[in-house]
Amino acid sequence: MGKPVLLVTRRLPPAIEARATRDYDARLSLDDAPVTGADILARAEGASAVLCCPAERLDGATIAALPDTVRVIGTFSVGFDHIDMAAARRRGIPVVNTPDVLSVATAECAMLLILAAARRAGEGERMVRAGRWTGWTPTQLLGIQVSGRRLGIFGMGRIGRELGAMARGFGMAVHYRNRRRLPPDLELGAAFHDTDEGFLAACDVLSLHAPGGEGTRHWLDARRIGLLPRGAVVVNTGRGTLVDDAALIAALRSGQIAAAGLDVYDGEPLVNAGYLELENVVLLPHQGSGTVETRTAMGNLVLDGIDAVLAGQVPDNVVG
Amino acid sequence: MTKHRLVVARPVPHAVTERAQAEFDAVVSDRADLTPDEVIHALTEHQAEALFLSSNLKLTSALIASLPDSVRVAATCSVGFDHIDVPAAKARGLIVTNTPEVLTDATADLAFMLVLCACRRAWEYVQVMRDGWNRSFGMREMLGTQVSGKSIGIVGFGRIGRAVAQRARGFNMKVFYTDVARVAPELEEGAVFVPSLHELLPQVQVLSLHAPGGAATDKLMNAETIGLLPRGAVLVNAARGSLVDEDALIAALQSGHLFAAGLDVFRNEPGFDTRLAELPNVFLTPHMGSATLETRNAMGFRALDNIAAVLDGKPAIDPLWT
Repeated sequence: MGKPVLLVTRRLPPAIEARATRDYDARLSLDDAPVTGADILARAEGASAVLCCPAERLDGATIAALPDTVRVIGTFSVGFDHIDMAAARRRGIPVVNTPDVLSVATAECAMLLILAAARRAGEGERMVRAGRWTGWTPTQLLGIQVSGRRLGIFGMGRIGRELGAMARGFGMAVHYRNRRRLPPDLELGAAFHDTDEGFLAACDVLSLHAPGGEGTRHWLDARRIGLLPRGAVVVNTGRGTLVDDAALIAALRSGQIAAAGLDVYDGEPLVNAGYLELENVVLLPHQGSGTVETRTAMGNLVLDGIDAVLAGQVPDNVVG
Repeated sequence: MTKHRLVVARPVPHAVTERAQAEFDAVVSDRADLTPDEVIHALTEHQAEALFLSSNLKLTSALIASLPDSVRVAATCSVGFDHIDVPAAKARGLIVTNTPEVLTDATADLAFMLVLCACRRAWEYVQVMRDGWNRSFGMREMLGTQVSGKSIGIVGFGRIGRAVAQRARGFNMKVFYTDVARVAPELEEGAVFVPSLHELLPQVQVLSLHAPGGAATDKLMNAETIGLLPRGAVLVNAARGSLVDEDALIAALQSGHLFAAGLDVFRNEPGFDTRLAELPNVFLTPHMGSATLETRNAMGFRALDNIAAVLDGKPAIDPLWT
């Protein structure tokens, strides 16, 4: 019996493509071009599994038109907003994702943005590259000291807790806002807040790690920004929709927020043009999970899930 | 009681100016750095007993020889004192002080920021955004290298080196260090001492330099020593530009032997080797290790504390020699 057919929509890390080719009759993407639902359907004939990426929309019509041979959909992501889960359920096709393995890389990205925003790294870099550095002075590019400050984490899941561990190495006091208080072995001394007012007042630095969706849409709005101490630093590696961009841009202009570091954007890959004109922002292109180690771990996890479903098992990373 | 007379030779943070003027009869250069001639002129006019300076003012033997007799102490608002001719100052009987300790955390924060920015390709990402992103990356496009769980080597395990080690532990990094001697076990906190740089380098994926400058450490990192690092290593220098042979560094960054580098200091500052600015896999900052308002205030206050101690007839807190 031949190997089952696996359709892979985009290029994946070399170790993952090698594994896919070893275990499957793998249809790999050679050019890494973005693909549409129609592109997927055109290549799905006879496939047992489809491995897609978060930039692709698997809407109801696409899922309804998948060939009967498809028994599992894997997504190279934690989120699955891009997949019509109801349509997949109707077809009886399980969906597997890549939870947990991105936590460390994403927390690293948040710590990078905290440091780079507070210490004005973007301005310093541009000054050096542009040949505008005329020498050291005692008052040049003075930033905000990170060590010893209070860090507020909004959403104390795995990523938030990883960030807390990193921040403690910098002598930061960790505060958090979460639906529930964590048990002491996960809290590790972090201060729980059950109101936005108390939480935000304790944030010299605010880092967002809550899930997206309507419940948290524009959570960081003008009112809550006003509850932060003047000159606070805001970092978002969670979901772009958590932030009201117009309100944050206004606060970055007024000085209410001293600096911001962003990896995710409402409506990405489009970015509110107001950010691009500001010196006191550090902007990254949604690369929170962008390390070789993490992308390889994600690939192994989603392939584990696909393997398991095709073997008749129910893996831990089935969603929906 | 009359106040002691002081000249502050360059603009300093507001809080430092305020304290200088409150506690001293101070002449403060609020707008521009004073030239050496202007410094001598101001000291002489003011019959100053103390000079507050930083690394832009070269305290050469000639300048020291032309200091008016009234000047008893020169306080540099910096840890480093490469800009001071120590034998000439000693011969003149001038007391010179610096500002150690107070910039440990700020410098360690910046060094670790450079580790993260270099490993995670921050400069390239920031440029992508400034150029108007507008497309999602593929899943294996422009990937960085993870910091967490890697091994870090720290060259020079003084206050700043140890503070970097403390930050690295929050990332579950395995910490190795080398120095002229092993530190006390309670200061190691699990860091592994390696007696020589040559033995250290092959064991570490990230290297952060925290050694002093000077002839003994000049070009400590050169083609040979960089070659001892494993392929794909990351080099960070927030200490002294003289520690690195920049020709060798540039070659290793171009060949891919080094994945990336993060540099806050350069052999020549501010006239650094502009070939570095052509490289995508470096993160460059303009010597801003201590550049936080909190730390610059603390440095300025420490310099003023040193001046006050000496002029009040007490021992200096941070004399360059005793």
